[in-house]
Amino acid sequence: MSMQILEIHEPGETPLPHEAERELAVGIDLGTTNSLVAIARDTRPEVLRLMHGEALLPSVVAYLDGRQPVVGHEARALIGEHPDRVVRSVKRLMGRGYGDVKALAGTLPFTVEPGEAERMVRLRVGGRVVTPVEVSADILRALKNRAELALDRPVTQAVITVPAYFDDAARTATKDAARLAGLQVLRLVNEPTAAALAYGLDKGAEGTYAVYDLGGGTFDVSILRLEKGVFQVLATGGDAALGGDDFDHLIAERLAAERGGPQLAPGDAKRLLEAARGVKEQLSQASQAEIELDLARAKTRHKLARAEFEAMIAPLVDRTIAAAKAVLHDADLASAEIKGVVLVGGSTRVPLVRRRVAEVFGREPLGDIDPDEVVALGAALQAEALTHGSDTLLLDVIPLSLGIETMGGLIEKVVPRNSPIPTAQAQEFTTYQDGQTAMAIHVVQGERELAEQNRSLARFTLTGIPPMAAGAARILVTYAVDADGILTVSAEERMTGVSQSVEVRPSYGLTEDEMIGMLRDSMEHGAEDMERRLLVEAQVEGRRLLLALRAALKVDADLLDATEGGSIEGLAAVLDRAIEGSDRHAIAAAQEALDQASQEFAARRMDRGIRTALSGRALDDLERRMGGAAD
Amino acid sequence: MTTAEATARGEAQAVRACWSCRGPVPARERFCPTCGLVQEPVAGDHFARLDLEPRFDIDATDVERRYFALQRQFHPDRFAARSAKEKALSLRHATALNEAYKVLKDPLGRAEHLLSLAGRPVRADGAETVSDPELLMEAMELRERLSEAAAAAAVDALLAETRANSAALERKLGHAFAAGDFAAAQKLALRLRYAAKLIDEARERRRRFDR
Repeated sequence: MSMQILEIHEPGETPLPHEAERELAVGIDLGTTNSLVAIARDTRPEVLRLMHGEALLPSVVAYLDGRQPVVGHEARALIGEHPDRVVRSVKRLMGRGYGDVKALAGTLPFTVEPGEAERMVRLRVGGRVVTPVEVSADILRALKNRAELALDRPVTQAVITVPAYFDDAARTATKDAARLAGLQVLRLVNEPTAAALAYGLDKGAEGTYAVYDLGGGTFDVSILRLEKGVFQVLATGGDAALGGDDFDHLIAERLAAERGGPQLAPGDAKRLLEAARGVKEQLSQASQAEIELDLARAKTRHKLARAEFEAMIAPLVDRTIAAAKAVLHDADLASAEIKGVVLVGGSTRVPLVRRRVAEVFGREPLGDIDPDEVVALGAALQAEALTHGSDTLLLDVIPLSLGIETMGGLIEKVVPRNSPIPTAQAQEFTTYQDGQTAMAIHVVQGERELAEQNRSLARFTLTGIPPMAAGAARILVTYAVDADGILTVSAEERMTGVSQSVEVRPSYGLTEDEMIGMLRDSMEHGAEDMERRLLVEAQVEGRRLLLALRAALKVDADLLDATEGGSIEGLAAVLDRAIEGSDRHAIAAAQEALDQASQEFAARRMDRGIRTALSGRALDDLERRMGGAAD
Repeated sequence: MTTAEATARGEAQAVRACWSCRGPVPARERFCPTCGLVQEPVAGDHFARLDLEPRFDIDATDVERRYFALQRQFHPDRFAARSAKEKALSLRHATALNEAYKVLKDPLGRAEHLLSLAGRPVRADGAETVSDPELLMEAMELRERLSEAAAAAAVDALLAETRANSAALERKLGHAFAAGDFAAAQKLALRLRYAAKLIDEARERRRRFDR
């Protein structure tokens, strides 16, 4: 009997199961405007702050010549002096291709480097070119450092939140950024779900809740059922390109129009946006805001009344309300069935937003938890649950349908939106030409009818189909979505078994080679971290084998004679010692030896098991005959 | 005993080897009795997945309770700190549980699943065969009413009517399955499928009125 018990897997797959070595896992809210890091202990989450008590880290990165990237308030302060060296709101570009943002150039606070439409967008920042993934990695690195300072120990594992409405490409980009920052992502959790988790666990809420999450650059709305520790997402929706940033843009345009004069240089445009953000924040408190601008050597004074501001943003708020109604509809619920509405995101401080949300759900929204912090707190709770175990259960859904392009550029949906994840769905296709030996597969995400109207995630070609008459081949395409909402596609010709599986690296994503290059360049401790992770994995595997063997010896030790038993015990002791050490090759060798030595034992155990089962069946049959009736 | 039950019973007698400790595991056990690690999910129908008897009349709350309890054991979140193999197995269990729950909580899904277990699928190769002229007429008439509905209230009325009709069909399906009358069940399931489609379309239309 030949059996292989050693499993080969990717580095970074196996975190630590042992209390002593278990590292703290943090929760990270990687926001468009601000980011936070939090930790939970005994289901009590807290946001980790800097010494002077600041919880929010502005998601702003400055790249100055000859210096490490600067992140946070310091970077934001540099916008005035070095606008061309500072990147903000980069989350809006995660998973985006050059073609996606080209149309927006000019209105975005970025200088986009021209490139291929279907490749990840790149930014020109001073002398260098960076990808949104690298900028996000810099923010994550700053959060990691903050956590390590606050906790006084290394932090390598995190739960990171993403907008529920993020597509596959944006999710993959987020995971890549974490990898660059030296963080292992235990799970991507949807922001509204994280908020519900923090809210539900804190307030003991039960029933059906809506989460309205208006962030800096993304809008999500989710309906969840909270019941006895189960957080079941019923439906989710939103707009991945709508947020408080857009309010700032409207104010900025208004101010620019009032100022008159020529178009502002990109640097001044960034300063103007910062000023607009200030106006928006003032208007959440006061009915009128005043501001003095000093741009392009001209000082101007401006006034904006809240009523005017509200008239400006009303169409955007309307869009969020329409999305909220659509989600209620998807969940097949009336607003009266919603027990409470949780507000998330700084932009929900805008009074018009609160009023409209209260209107559509017919009740005042809940605001007991700081809308800036609630997502990070939920992420921290989930990070603790994943590393230390928990009774709560998060059942999330996929926000956008996944489909495949068929003849005529139409879409065939394979996984409908709001399907609970993880999920795997298969559909069969066939060839349309005699002798066709290859089939192009185009994976798309979205709700529209035509492929070109949806987001293109990946293209690949299934080759090696044996030539047959048109329509004779049976090609099964399977879409598998994991608990992070990330897709893997596989295709198989069923007559002959030709199969191919691709992890969908989105067209807009980084290639594995680019990723490796960046890891090499950007991680000072890249090699060390990798080596460390491989060691941990070897230890996890070694311990698993020892546990399995000891459990087996407990029940079946009598199958071994003294010599055999002694030899196995001896090798187990060697493995035990190797695990205590730090040489992963020694662990692997000891494991291999023990595995070899216990093969015969395993075979005898199976024989005994089968014999027992057979005699059990004989007994069963006998009883049935005696009893005279089956059930 | 149905074929599915017989197969399930056959499997229950079989023994497989634990991938980790390599000891014997009774085929239907989800965890190894010796070392306690999660095992490969076994092939089986959606009812078996949730430890339910294959029948049409089931208690929705009970289905949900079983689904939650099993997801609590198998969801990938429970395996975040485990080995790669255990993670992969948990993913497969959780995926299968989601599918089973989706199919069984929906009366139409349940009926179609029972029919396919009995070797009488409602849809052969995805194509719907309509040989019942009465059903065809009825469906056409309702669809016409939907397309002519000029106000939300008219769509609501049609929705209410179709939902009541569905509920009646579900009751009849319960009787048909209980009596082992698969031919009748097949016809009823097809009608229910039409009703479900109409409800979907009416809801979509209703949504447009809301905007």
